[in-house]
Amino acid sequence: MIDPMLPAVYKVVRVSQDLPDTATLDLAPASNSKLPACQPGQFNMLYALGQGEVAISISGDTDEADCVRHTVRAVGSVTRAVAGMKLGDQLGLRGPFGRAWPLNRMQGKDIVLMAGGLGLAPLRSVIYHLLNHRDAYGRITLFYGTRTPQDRLYAAEFTLWQQRGDLETGITVDSAGRDWHGHVGVVTTLLEGSGFDGNNTIALICGPEIMMRFSAAELIKQGVQPGNIYVSMERNMKCAVGFCGHCQYGPYFVCKNGPVFALPQVAHLFRIREV
Amino acid sequence: MKSIADLLHDHPFFAGLSPAHINLLAGCGKNIHFDTGNFLMKEGENANTFYVIRSGKVVVEAYTPGFGHQIVTQVDHHGVVGYSWLFPPYRVAFDVRAIEPVSAVQLDGKCLRSKTESDHELGYQLMRRFAQVMLQRLQATRLQMLDVYRKGS
Repeated sequence: MIDPMLPAVYKVVRVSQDLPDTATLDLAPASNSKLPACQPGQFNMLYALGQGEVAISISGDTDEADCVRHTVRAVGSVTRAVAGMKLGDQLGLRGPFGRAWPLNRMQGKDIVLMAGGLGLAPLRSVIYHLLNHRDAYGRITLFYGTRTPQDRLYAAEFTLWQQRGDLETGITVDSAGRDWHGHVGVVTTLLEGSGFDGNNTIALICGPEIMMRFSAAELIKQGVQPGNIYVSMERNMKCAVGFCGHCQYGPYFVCKNGPVFALPQVAHLFRIREV
Repeated sequence: MKSIADLLHDHPFFAGLSPAHINLLAGCGKNIHFDTGNFLMKEGENANTFYVIRSGKVVVEAYTPGFGHQIVTQVDHHGVVGYSWLFPPYRVAFDVRAIEPVSAVQLDGKCLRSKTESDHELGYQLMRRFAQVMLQRLQATRLQMLDVYRKGS
Protein backbone atom coordinates (compact mmCIF):
# COMPACT_ATOMS: atom_id res chain seq x y z
CA MET A 1 0.00 0.00 0.00
CA ILE A 2 1.25 3.47 -0.86
CA ASP A 3 2.11 5.59 2.18
CA PRO A 4 -0.58 8.31 2.29
CA MET A 5 1.90 10.69 3.91
CA LEU A 6 4.40 10.40 1.06
CA PRO A 7 3.90 12.87 -1.77
CA ALA A 8 4.43 11.80 -5.36
CA VAL A 9 6.10 14.19 -7.75
CA TYR A 10 3.76 15.78 -10.29
CA LYS A 11 4.43 18.27 -13.05
CA VAL A 12 2.27 21.10 -14.29
CA VAL A 13 1.09 20.23 -17.81
CA ARG A 14 -1.35 23.11 -18.33
CA VAL A 15 -2.07 26.43 -16.63
CA SER A 16 -5.04 28.70 -17.10
CA GLN A 17 -5.28 32.02 -15.31
CA ASP A 18 -8.93 32.18 -14.29
CA LEU A 19 -8.75 35.43 -12.32
CA PRO A 20 -5.85 37.73 -11.42
CA ASP A 21 -5.28 35.76 -8.20
CA THR A 22 -6.68 32.37 -9.24
CA ALA A 23 -5.22 29.75 -11.54
CA THR A 24 -6.20 26.27 -12.65
CA LEU A 25 -3.40 23.75 -12.96
CA ASP A 26 -3.51 20.40 -14.75
CA LEU A 27 -1.11 18.04 -13.01
CA ALA A 28 0.30 14.74 -14.26
CA PRO A 29 2.69 12.31 -12.53
CA ALA A 30 6.31 13.23 -13.30
CA SER A 31 7.11 9.53 -13.70
CA ASN A 32 5.00 7.30 -15.91
CA SER A 33 2.99 6.07 -12.93
CA LYS A 34 -0.78 5.80 -13.15
CA LEU A 35 -2.96 8.59 -11.87
CA PRO A 36 -4.89 7.48 -8.77
CA ALA A 37 -8.66 7.28 -9.28
CA CYS A 38 -10.56 10.12 -7.66
CA GLN A 39 -14.15 11.27 -7.28
CA PRO A 40 -15.85 14.66 -7.42
CA GLY A 41 -15.73 16.29 -3.99
CA GLN A 42 -12.40 14.77 -2.95
CA PHE A 43 -9.21 16.76 -2.48
CA ASN A 44 -5.46 16.38 -2.82
CA MET A 45 -2.68 17.77 -0.69
CA LEU A 46 -0.47 19.89 -2.95
CA TYR A 47 3.09 20.42 -1.75
CA ALA A 48 4.92 23.46 -3.06
CA LEU A 49 8.46 22.17 -2.64
CA GLY A 50 10.20 23.89 0.25
CA GLN A 51 7.12 25.98 1.07
CA GLY A 52 4.46 23.70 2.50
CA GLU A 53 1.29 21.77 1.79
CA VAL A 54 -2.25 22.84 1.17
CA ALA A 55 -5.52 20.93 0.68
CA ILE A 56 -7.13 21.74 -2.67
CA SER A 57 -10.34 20.23 -4.05
CA ILE A 58 -10.38 18.52 -7.40
CA SER A 59 -11.98 20.89 -9.90
CA GLY A 60 -11.60 18.86 -13.09
CA ASP A 61 -13.25 15.96 -14.83
CA THR A 62 -12.58 12.88 -12.72
CA ASP A 63 -13.27 10.65 -15.73
CA GLU A 64 -10.08 11.99 -17.33
CA ALA A 65 -7.28 9.51 -16.78
CA ASP A 66 -4.21 11.51 -17.73
CA CYS A 67 -4.22 14.47 -15.35
CA VAL A 68 -5.84 15.91 -12.26
CA ARG A 69 -7.07 19.51 -12.23
CA HIS A 70 -6.98 21.96 -9.32
CA THR A 71 -8.09 25.57 -9.06
CA VAL A 72 -6.06 27.57 -6.57
CA ARG A 73 -6.53 31.10 -5.29
CA ALA A 74 -3.42 32.84 -3.96
CA VAL A 75 -4.26 33.78 -0.38
CA GLY A 76 -1.15 32.73 1.57
CA SER A 77 2.46 31.75 0.99
CA VAL A 78 1.75 28.16 -0.14
CA THR A 79 -1.26 28.92 -2.32
CA ARG A 80 0.64 31.86 -3.81
CA ALA A 81 3.47 29.51 -4.75
CA VAL A 82 1.09 26.91 -6.23
CA ALA A 83 -1.11 29.42 -8.07
CA GLY A 84 2.02 31.01 -9.55
CA MET A 85 3.38 27.77 -11.01
CA LYS A 86 4.29 27.63 -14.69
CA LEU A 87 4.18 24.90 -17.27
CA GLY A 88 6.70 22.15 -16.41
CA ASP A 89 7.10 23.16 -12.74
CA GLN A 90 7.01 20.29 -10.27
CA LEU A 91 5.20 19.86 -6.98
CA GLY A 92 4.36 17.07 -4.55
CA LEU A 93 0.88 15.59 -4.40
CA ARG A 94 -0.77 13.27 -1.89
CA GLY A 95 -4.27 11.95 -2.35
CA PRO A 96 -7.02 11.79 -3.21
CA PHE A 97 -8.55 12.13 0.24
CA GLY A 98 -11.96 12.61 1.77
CA ARG A 99 -15.56 11.77 1.18
CA ALA A 100 -16.96 12.57 -2.26
CA TRP A 101 -20.33 13.99 -3.29
CA PRO A 102 -23.00 11.21 -3.00
CA LEU A 103 -23.10 10.31 -6.71
CA ASN A 104 -24.89 7.00 -6.21
CA ARG A 105 -27.67 8.56 -4.11
CA MET A 106 -28.06 11.29 -6.69
CA GLN A 107 -28.93 8.94 -9.55
CA GLY A 108 -32.49 9.38 -10.80
CA LYS A 109 -32.98 12.54 -8.73
CA ASP A 110 -33.24 16.19 -9.69
CA ILE A 111 -30.03 17.95 -8.72
CA VAL A 112 -29.58 21.50 -7.48
CA LEU A 113 -26.01 22.76 -7.22
CA MET A 114 -25.39 25.98 -5.27
CA ALA A 115 -21.95 27.51 -5.55
CA GLY A 116 -20.62 30.64 -3.89
CA GLY A 117 -17.40 32.34 -5.01
CA LEU A 118 -14.53 29.89 -5.32
CA GLY A 119 -16.96 27.16 -4.21
CA LEU A 120 -17.70 26.62 -7.87
CA ALA A 121 -14.36 24.81 -8.18
CA PRO A 122 -15.24 21.69 -6.12
CA LEU A 123 -18.66 21.63 -7.77
CA ARG A 124 -17.22 21.81 -11.28
CA SER A 125 -15.95 18.24 -10.98
CA VAL A 126 -19.48 17.06 -10.15
CA ILE A 127 -20.91 19.16 -13.03
CA TYR A 128 -18.59 17.29 -15.41
CA HIS A 129 -19.67 13.97 -13.93
CA LEU A 130 -23.38 14.80 -14.21
CA LEU A 131 -22.98 15.94 -17.82
CA ASN A 132 -20.84 12.88 -18.70
CA HIS A 133 -23.60 10.63 -17.32
CA ARG A 134 -26.53 12.92 -18.13
CA ASP A 135 -29.14 10.19 -18.56
CA ALA A 136 -28.64 8.94 -15.02
CA TYR A 137 -29.95 12.16 -13.47
CA GLY A 138 -33.14 14.22 -13.62
CA ARG A 139 -33.32 17.98 -13.96
CA ILE A 140 -29.99 19.64 -13.13
CA THR A 141 -29.84 23.25 -11.96
CA LEU A 142 -26.71 25.23 -11.15
CA PHE A 143 -26.95 28.44 -9.13
CA TYR A 144 -23.79 30.49 -8.78
CA GLY A 145 -23.26 33.61 -6.70
CA THR A 146 -20.12 35.67 -6.60
CA ARG A 147 -18.88 39.11 -5.63
CA THR A 148 -18.89 41.09 -8.88
CA PRO A 149 -19.07 40.25 -12.60
CA GLN A 150 -15.26 40.55 -12.72
CA ASP A 151 -14.94 37.83 -10.04
CA ARG A 152 -16.82 35.15 -11.99
CA LEU A 153 -14.85 31.93 -12.00
CA TYR A 154 -14.77 29.90 -15.26
CA ALA A 155 -16.77 32.71 -16.95
CA ALA A 156 -16.32 31.40 -20.50
CA GLU A 157 -17.20 27.85 -19.49
CA PHE A 158 -20.24 29.09 -17.56
CA THR A 159 -21.47 30.76 -20.76
CA LEU A 160 -21.22 27.37 -22.50
CA TRP A 161 -23.19 25.76 -19.67
CA GLN A 162 -25.86 28.45 -20.05
CA GLN A 163 -26.24 27.50 -23.70
CA ARG A 164 -26.84 23.81 -22.97
CA GLY A 165 -30.37 22.53 -23.11
CA ASP A 166 -29.82 19.92 -20.42
CA LEU A 167 -28.49 22.16 -17.64
CA GLU A 168 -30.38 25.06 -16.09
CA THR A 169 -28.25 27.86 -14.71
CA GLY A 170 -28.61 31.00 -12.68
CA ILE A 171 -25.87 33.45 -11.85
CA THR A 172 -25.92 36.43 -9.52
CA VAL A 173 -23.42 38.92 -8.19
CA ASP A 174 -23.44 40.92 -4.96
CA SER A 175 -22.89 44.22 -6.71
CA ALA A 176 -22.40 45.40 -10.26
CA GLY A 177 -22.16 48.38 -12.52
CA ARG A 178 -24.58 49.17 -15.30
CA ASP A 179 -22.67 47.08 -17.84
CA TRP A 180 -23.84 43.91 -16.05
CA HIS A 181 -27.17 42.70 -17.37
CA GLY A 182 -27.49 39.64 -15.16
CA HIS A 183 -28.97 39.16 -11.72
CA VAL A 184 -27.81 41.16 -8.68
CA GLY A 185 -28.44 39.86 -5.18
CA VAL A 186 -27.46 36.99 -2.93
CA VAL A 187 -27.43 33.48 -4.36
CA THR A 188 -30.54 32.41 -2.42
CA THR A 189 -32.63 34.88 -4.43
CA LEU A 190 -32.06 32.67 -7.48
CA LEU A 191 -34.15 29.97 -5.80
CA GLU A 192 -37.27 32.16 -5.83
CA GLY A 193 -39.58 30.94 -8.54
CA SER A 194 -37.06 28.42 -9.88
CA GLY A 195 -39.78 25.78 -9.75
CA PHE A 196 -37.83 22.60 -8.98
CA ASP A 197 -39.51 19.74 -7.16
CA GLY A 198 -38.07 19.86 -3.65
CA ASN A 199 -39.33 16.38 -2.81
CA ASN A 200 -37.26 14.73 -5.53
CA THR A 201 -34.20 16.94 -5.23
CA ILE A 202 -30.71 16.41 -3.89
CA ALA A 203 -28.83 19.65 -3.36
CA LEU A 204 -25.08 20.15 -3.16
CA ILE A 205 -23.74 23.40 -1.70
CA CYS A 206 -20.21 24.72 -1.70
CA GLY A 207 -19.07 28.17 -0.69
CA PRO A 208 -18.38 30.26 2.41
CA GLU A 209 -19.99 28.73 5.49
CA ILE A 210 -22.52 31.54 5.98
CA MET A 211 -23.60 31.21 2.34
CA MET A 212 -24.08 27.45 2.86
CA ARG A 213 -26.19 28.06 6.00
CA PHE A 214 -28.49 30.51 4.29
CA SER A 215 -28.69 28.40 1.13
CA ALA A 216 -29.59 25.28 3.12
CA ALA A 217 -32.32 27.18 4.99
CA GLU A 218 -33.79 28.43 1.71
CA LEU A 219 -33.63 24.98 0.10
CA ILE A 220 -35.53 23.53 3.08
CA LYS A 221 -38.16 26.26 2.60
CA GLN A 222 -38.44 25.09 -1.01
CA GLY A 223 -39.22 21.56 0.21
CA VAL A 224 -35.83 19.85 -0.03
CA GLN A 225 -35.37 17.35 2.80
CA PRO A 226 -32.40 18.23 5.08
CA GLY A 227 -31.02 14.72 4.55
CA ASN A 228 -30.89 15.43 0.82
CA ILE A 229 -28.73 18.52 1.26
CA TYR A 230 -24.94 18.11 1.20
CA VAL A 231 -22.32 20.71 2.05
CA SER A 232 -18.58 20.76 1.48
CA MET A 233 -16.79 21.98 4.60
CA GLU A 234 -13.43 23.64 4.76
CA ARG A 235 -11.02 23.54 7.69
CA ASN A 236 -7.27 23.72 8.09
CA MET A 237 -6.28 20.25 6.89
CA LYS A 238 -2.72 19.10 7.52
CA CYS A 239 -2.28 15.31 7.54
CA ALA A 240 -5.43 14.62 5.46
CA VAL A 241 -5.89 11.17 7.02
CA GLY A 242 -7.43 11.97 10.42
CA PHE A 243 -4.28 11.72 12.56
CA CYS A 244 -3.30 15.24 13.44
CA GLY A 245 -6.63 16.76 14.48
CA HIS A 246 -6.05 20.16 12.85
CA CYS A 247 -9.33 19.93 10.96
CA GLN A 248 -11.43 18.61 13.84
CA TYR A 249 -15.03 19.80 13.52
CA GLY A 250 -17.09 18.64 16.48
CA PRO A 251 -16.95 14.82 16.39
CA TYR A 252 -15.52 14.79 12.86
CA PHE A 253 -12.26 15.25 11.06
CA VAL A 254 -13.11 17.20 7.93
CA CYS A 255 -10.27 15.53 6.00
CA LYS A 256 -11.47 12.01 6.75
CA ASN A 257 -15.20 12.20 7.52
CA GLY A 258 -15.71 15.03 5.02
CA PRO A 259 -15.20 17.37 3.34
CA VAL A 260 -18.67 16.46 2.06
CA PHE A 261 -21.25 16.09 4.82
CA ALA A 262 -24.99 15.56 4.79
CA LEU A 263 -26.57 18.64 6.36
CA PRO A 264 -28.03 16.82 9.42
CA GLN A 265 -24.48 15.73 10.37
CA VAL A 266 -23.23 19.30 10.70
CA ALA A 267 -26.25 21.64 10.94
CA HIS A 268 -26.06 21.72 14.75
CA LEU A 269 -22.36 22.58 14.58
CA PHE A 270 -23.00 25.64 12.40
CA ARG A 271 -24.40 27.41 15.44
CA ILE A 272 -21.46 26.70 17.76
CA ARG A 273 -18.96 29.52 17.52
CA GLU A 274 -16.04 27.66 19.08
CA VAL A 275 -16.07 24.76 16.58
CA MET B 1 -58.93 42.59 -20.39
CA LYS B 2 -58.12 42.17 -16.72
CA SER B 3 -59.10 44.83 -14.24
CA ILE B 4 -56.58 46.36 -11.80
CA ALA B 5 -58.23 44.30 -9.05
CA ASP B 6 -57.66 41.10 -11.08
CA LEU B 7 -54.01 42.01 -11.69
CA LEU B 8 -53.42 42.66 -7.99
CA HIS B 9 -55.24 39.46 -7.05
CA ASP B 10 -52.94 37.44 -9.35
CA HIS B 11 -49.75 38.91 -7.89
CA PRO B 12 -47.97 36.91 -5.12
CA PHE B 13 -47.48 40.04 -2.99
CA PHE B 14 -51.23 40.25 -2.39
CA ALA B 15 -51.86 36.52 -1.88
CA GLY B 16 -54.45 35.99 0.85
CA LEU B 17 -55.79 39.54 0.81
CA SER B 18 -59.59 39.75 0.91
CA PRO B 19 -61.46 40.78 -2.29
CA ALA B 20 -62.78 43.85 -0.45
CA HIS B 21 -59.27 45.05 0.35
CA ILE B 22 -58.05 44.22 -3.16
CA ASN B 23 -60.84 46.42 -4.52
CA LEU B 24 -59.90 49.22 -2.15
CA LEU B 25 -56.27 49.04 -3.32
CA ALA B 26 -57.28 48.81 -6.96
CA GLY B 27 -59.00 52.19 -6.60
CA CYS B 28 -55.52 53.70 -6.08
CA GLY B 29 -53.90 51.81 -8.96
CA LYS B 30 -53.31 52.14 -12.66
CA ASN B 31 -51.61 50.09 -15.35
CA ILE B 32 -48.27 51.37 -16.55
CA HIS B 33 -45.51 50.31 -18.94
CA PHE B 34 -41.81 51.18 -18.99
CA ASP B 35 -39.38 50.63 -21.82
CA THR B 36 -35.89 49.34 -21.14
CA GLY B 37 -33.81 52.12 -19.61
CA ASN B 38 -36.77 54.12 -18.30
CA PHE B 39 -36.70 55.15 -14.66
CA LEU B 40 -39.59 54.12 -12.43
CA MET B 41 -38.25 56.35 -9.66
CA LYS B 42 -35.30 58.62 -9.10
CA GLU B 43 -33.45 59.28 -5.86
CA GLY B 44 -34.70 62.40 -4.09
CA GLU B 45 -38.08 62.59 -5.80
CA ASN B 46 -41.29 62.71 -3.80
CA ALA B 47 -42.18 59.12 -2.91
CA ASN B 48 -45.83 58.92 -3.75
CA THR B 49 -45.98 55.58 -5.56
CA PHE B 50 -44.98 51.96 -5.44
CA TYR B 51 -44.97 49.45 -8.25
CA VAL B 52 -46.26 45.91 -8.44
CA ILE B 53 -44.12 44.36 -11.16
CA ARG B 54 -46.21 42.16 -13.46
CA SER B 55 -43.56 41.35 -16.04
CA GLY B 56 -40.00 42.38 -16.81
CA LYS B 57 -37.19 43.35 -14.48
CA VAL B 58 -36.01 46.48 -12.72
CA VAL B 59 -32.82 47.27 -10.87
CA VAL B 60 -32.43 49.36 -7.75
CA GLU B 61 -29.27 51.39 -8.09
CA ALA B 62 -27.33 54.28 -6.63
CA TYR B 63 -24.80 56.67 -8.05
CA THR B 64 -21.54 56.84 -6.16
CA PRO B 65 -18.90 59.37 -7.21
CA GLY B 66 -15.84 57.48 -8.35
CA PHE B 67 -17.73 54.22 -8.81
CA GLY B 68 -20.54 55.28 -11.12
CA HIS B 69 -23.94 53.63 -10.95
CA GLN B 70 -23.88 50.56 -8.73
CA ILE B 71 -26.73 48.07 -8.87
CA VAL B 72 -27.90 47.09 -5.40
CA THR B 73 -30.62 44.58 -6.19
CA GLN B 74 -33.04 43.47 -8.83
CA VAL B 75 -36.79 42.97 -8.74
CA ASP B 76 -38.80 40.89 -11.19
CA HIS B 77 -42.39 39.86 -11.69
CA HIS B 78 -42.58 38.23 -8.25
CA GLY B 79 -41.89 41.51 -6.50
CA VAL B 80 -42.82 45.04 -5.61
CA VAL B 81 -40.59 48.07 -5.57
CA GLY B 82 -40.76 51.26 -3.53
CA TYR B 83 -41.52 51.67 0.15
CA SER B 84 -40.40 55.22 0.82
CA TRP B 85 -44.02 56.30 0.37
CA LEU B 86 -44.81 54.61 3.70
CA PHE B 87 -42.86 56.95 5.96
CA PRO B 88 -42.11 60.67 6.16
CA PRO B 89 -40.40 62.52 4.58
CA TYR B 90 -41.69 60.45 1.62
CA ARG B 91 -38.54 60.76 -0.47
CA VAL B 92 -37.24 58.13 -2.89
CA ALA B 93 -33.94 56.72 -1.60
CA PHE B 94 -32.61 54.93 -4.72
CA ASP B 95 -33.00 55.02 -8.48
CA VAL B 96 -35.18 52.27 -9.94
CA ARG B 97 -34.60 51.56 -13.64
CA ALA B 98 -36.16 49.08 -16.05
CA ILE B 99 -33.61 46.71 -17.59
CA GLU B 100 -36.31 44.97 -19.62
CA PRO B 101 -39.69 46.18 -20.83
CA VAL B 102 -41.76 46.31 -17.65
CA SER B 103 -45.49 46.10 -17.11
CA ALA B 104 -46.58 47.13 -13.65
CA VAL B 105 -49.44 48.37 -11.58
CA GLN B 106 -48.59 51.79 -10.17
CA LEU B 107 -50.20 52.38 -6.78
CA ASP B 108 -50.68 55.89 -5.49
CA GLY B 109 -49.10 56.13 -2.05
CA LYS B 110 -51.02 59.25 -0.97
CA CYS B 111 -54.29 57.54 -1.83
CA LEU B 112 -53.19 54.37 0.03
CA ARG B 113 -52.05 56.30 3.10
CA SER B 114 -55.45 57.86 3.35
CA LYS B 115 -57.26 54.54 2.92
CA THR B 116 -55.06 52.72 5.43
CA GLU B 117 -55.61 55.48 8.01
CA SER B 118 -59.33 54.90 7.82
CA ASP B 119 -59.10 51.08 7.51
CA HIS B 120 -56.47 49.82 9.94
CA GLU B 121 -57.03 46.19 8.94
CA LEU B 122 -56.01 47.10 5.38
CA GLY B 123 -53.05 49.00 6.81
CA TYR B 124 -52.02 45.95 8.86
CA GLN B 125 -52.34 43.58 5.91
CA LEU B 126 -50.32 45.88 3.70
CA MET B 127 -47.66 46.58 6.33
CA ARG B 128 -47.31 42.86 7.04
CA ARG B 129 -46.50 42.23 3.39
CA PHE B 130 -44.10 45.15 3.17
CA ALA B 131 -42.40 44.08 6.40
CA GLN B 132 -41.74 40.66 4.89
CA VAL B 133 -40.21 42.19 1.76
CA MET B 134 -38.14 44.58 3.87
CA LEU B 135 -36.93 41.71 6.09
CA GLN B 136 -35.87 39.65 3.06
CA ARG B 137 -34.04 42.61 1.55
CA LEU B 138 -32.45 43.53 4.89
CA GLN B 139 -31.12 40.00 5.36
CA ALA B 140 -29.87 39.87 1.77
CA THR B 141 -28.21 43.27 2.18
CA ARG B 142 -26.50 42.14 5.38
CA LEU B 143 -25.10 39.13 3.55
CA GLN B 144 -23.92 41.35 0.71
CA MET B 145 -22.30 43.71 3.24
CA LEU B 146 -20.45 40.78 4.81
CA ASP B 147 -18.72 40.38 1.45
CA VAL B 148 -18.49 36.64 2.03
CA TYR B 149 -16.70 35.92 -1.24
CA ARG B 150 -13.80 38.27 -0.54
CA LYS B 151 -10.30 36.92 -0.74
CA GLY B 152 -9.38 34.76 2.22
CA SER B 153 -12.94 34.23 3.46
